[in-house]
Amino acid sequence: MNWTWLHKFASPPHAYRLAGRLAPWFGWPAFLLIVAGLYGGLVLAPADYQQGDAFRILYVHAPSAWMSMFIYGTMAVAAAIGLIWRIKLAHAVAAASAPVGAWFTFLALTTGAVWGKPMWGTWWVWDARLTSELILLFLYAGLIALRASIDDRDRADRASAVLAIVGVVNLPIIHYSVYWWNTLHQGATITKLGKPSITGEMLWPLLTMMIAFTLYYGGVLMLRLRAEILRRERDASWLQKELAA
Amino acid sequence: MNLAEFLAMGKYGAFVWPCIVLTCAVLIWNVIAARRLHSEARRQAVRRLEIGRGRP
Repeated sequence: MNWTWLHKFASPPHAYRLAGRLAPWFGWPAFLLIVAGLYGGLVLAPADYQQGDAFRILYVHAPSAWMSMFIYGTMAVAAAIGLIWRIKLAHAVAAASAPVGAWFTFLALTTGAVWGKPMWGTWWVWDARLTSELILLFLYAGLIALRASIDDRDRADRASAVLAIVGVVNLPIIHYSVYWWNTLHQGATITKLGKPSITGEMLWPLLTMMIAFTLYYGGVLMLRLRAEILRRERDASWLQKELAA
Repeated sequence: MNLAEFLAMGKYGAFVWPCIVLTCAVLIWNVIAARRLHSEARRQAVRRLEIGRGRP
């Protein structure tokens, strides 16, 4: 099989220009879908029969929680590709993803706490779902700190890749925690197998927000990846041409 | 439904709105931060190249 396309794709100048072209194609649809999703969730969806209007926090909480795990998974795959095939662009993707993932984890935890107060009567409980999500935040923080603490870029890439891959074990724990242990946290609203436990009027804004947040991550990743490529490239001739323009 | 009712969110307005506002603020901040990061990296790269060419 001919792999030249992959090497072209992973070459810094190509990736730098491609990321620049792709960023608005992620960003604008994300923006429009967030507006539509929030309108659907806050205005059109009916109030929940048990939770009243408090359930509307779902529309920012669940997509944030989804992103906290999706970004971690993406980052770990990128880190593994970087480690195994020594593709530097993959390490750059992992480095650019970590802060965005950390922010989404922070959002999932804080919006969850604010939702927990009126529904459970407490901001926080040390149950499996909440604790494993908090560990995810610590993993992100650890990855960012580890990368910042090693001056040599290649060593920093390898060390944080190993930590990112080891941390993947936390993802199924977060996902299945609500089934494996007794927990205050409700079970999954949408599952791949079986019907969603939510009516269509409430479901479409949720799916819209999840797609919107995924696209948003794509857009921010493109911007951060460009910065990461610029920082990693030294004295490359393409850089001189690119920056002169 | 009037605006006051909408803002009240049943009796949960004090919980729903901070979540929405916080999420939007974080999303906007991340775009600003990423754009700043890129322009800063670009400035540094230009500087590096100028120093490399012997023009401080």
